[in-house]
Amino acid sequence: MTGWQTLFYKEVLRFWKVSFQTVAAPVLTAVMYMLIFGHVLRDHVKVYDTISYTAFLVPGLVMMSVLQNAFANSASSLVQSKIMGNLVFILLTPLSHWSWFLAYVGSSVARGLAVGLGVFLVTAWFGRPGLVAPLWIIVFALEGAAMLGTLGLIAGLWAEKFDQMAAFQNFVIMPMTFLSGVFYSIHSLPVFWQGVSHLNPFFYMIDGFRYGFFGVSDVSPWLSLAIVSSALLAVSAIAVHLLRIGYKIRT
Amino acid sequence: MPAISFQSVSKLYPSVRGAALKALDGVSFDIEEGEFFGLLGPNGAGKTTLISVLAGLTRASSGRVAVRGHDVQRDYAQARRQLGVVPQELVFDPFFSVRETLRIQSGYFGVKNNDAWIDELLQSLGLADKATANMRQLSGGMKRRVLVAQALVHKPPVIVLDEPTAGVDVELRQTLWQFIARLNKQGHTVLLTTHYLEEAEALCGRIAMLKAGRMMALERTSELLKAASSNVLRFKLDTALPAQFEGKARVTGRIVQLPAHDAHEIERYLAIIREAGLRVEDVEVRKADLEDVFLDVMSAGYAGRTDAIAAPPPGDDGTAHGADPREADSIEAPTA
Repeated sequence: MTGWQTLFYKEVLRFWKVSFQTVAAPVLTAVMYMLIFGHVLRDHVKVYDTISYTAFLVPGLVMMSVLQNAFANSASSLVQSKIMGNLVFILLTPLSHWSWFLAYVGSSVARGLAVGLGVFLVTAWFGRPGLVAPLWIIVFALEGAAMLGTLGLIAGLWAEKFDQMAAFQNFVIMPMTFLSGVFYSIHSLPVFWQGVSHLNPFFYMIDGFRYGFFGVSDVSPWLSLAIVSSALLAVSAIAVHLLRIGYKIRT
Repeated sequence: MPAISFQSVSKLYPSVRGAALKALDGVSFDIEEGEFFGLLGPNGAGKTTLISVLAGLTRASSGRVAVRGHDVQRDYAQARRQLGVVPQELVFDPFFSVRETLRIQSGYFGVKNNDAWIDELLQSLGLADKATANMRQLSGGMKRRVLVAQALVHKPPVIVLDEPTAGVDVELRQTLWQFIARLNKQGHTVLLTTHYLEEAEALCGRIAMLKAGRMMALERTSELLKAASSNVLRFKLDTALPAQFEGKARVTGRIVQLPAHDAHEIERYLAIIREAGLRVEDVEVRKADLEDVFLDVMSAGYAGRTDAIAAPPPGDDGTAHGADPREADSIEAPTA
């Protein structure tokens, strides 16, 4: 095990050692959403003609958990290391900015998928979604997790304190996930808000992901793939650049 | 090729009010392979900044730094492989055990199957029974030992210790210095910053002194001691200091210390005391130590000597090491 693989392994070990908090807790949260929203909104929200609301909710909750946990992983690891001062152990090594990128984003993807799988296994029992096109499911889960892992990396480099991190999470990540169509199909929104939703890259992640389960979606999965991939490339380019110049970590 | 080479290294920190803070101001010197080198200076002199530039934690505003010929910016991966840095702050990763910490650190440097060397490090640093303990459970001294072990996992030829003994008990200091001196004898270059001048005197073959980011002195330790006044007259005094001693004496509470070059000067001092009718106690004459030199250099303009700071004379003791081996041998000596 050398270079970036060690950093990847260390980052996975870090969240796995506290998996009760990093994996089990978000699964429980998603189950709560399922029970409460699924029960309350079942007869009120109309999504697609052929799909029950509880089934519709499953992929949304899975993707939301994937995104939030992928973000939390790289972001909290970096902020903690900066505040504790132990980031120095990595700064002193010959690891390149690419190694940092692969390791931090890779481990975030691992955590996102671990939580996502847990949420799926528990909520599918309530909702019974289909599995029409599993490849789409995998592709969007991977790209979504990588995208949020990368955003977490950028936020982790930028934030100097836990409250800055929390602000990023609460004022950027949370609204973008909740307004992406986790709990509803954007076709049920007024035209203006449909337009606004189309500007949110998170919408395409969830819509494309959901297509893999049901074979129906608000926009074509190919369009979603193109948009999500472009967004992923753009944030990755920013993250790699920040790592290369040592933004806020090498003075 | 020098183990470490600093060439006109400056570091400016932009300050809030516009006036930049010059943490390092044109620092230049080389450290040869196998030297045990001391970097001294008061707080804020720029010692840690210099080490941060060397380790790639900070970028110099101008100048060049190379480790065994590898530029720390352009060829950072090679440069960092040569370096083992013990940071000044007592930092640790609370998620891992001691052994995990050391295995992970080895992996960062691409060193596989390193358990034999890790065991040796644990043994040498008195950590063998703590290998499975979580980092959080360790005392401060034990955490410090792990920091040293972490810096050495990849067997770096150049070892940098930034105040490794600050707030550390006597036992650990002894263990640490014996171990570092052994590595130095095996050919590792050691760069040490410390506040304990006895340690520097006992261990370092050469010493550089920094003040406000500038080099104040760079000499062999023995030369430095020779250059200073060779003796110090020390006594206790309850009344005011005679005017003749103003500016010469170092006063710590009741204790007065006067540097003296020879017996005549001591006699003169004693005559002044007698004529003034002062009541002095515990009079003694001792040899000047590094602390006297240090205070000399920091107060006076020792700066004139910095032009004589090229490389050290190549091992005139006939060994491959630049440092005087007798000084490295006396490591049992440093007292608390």
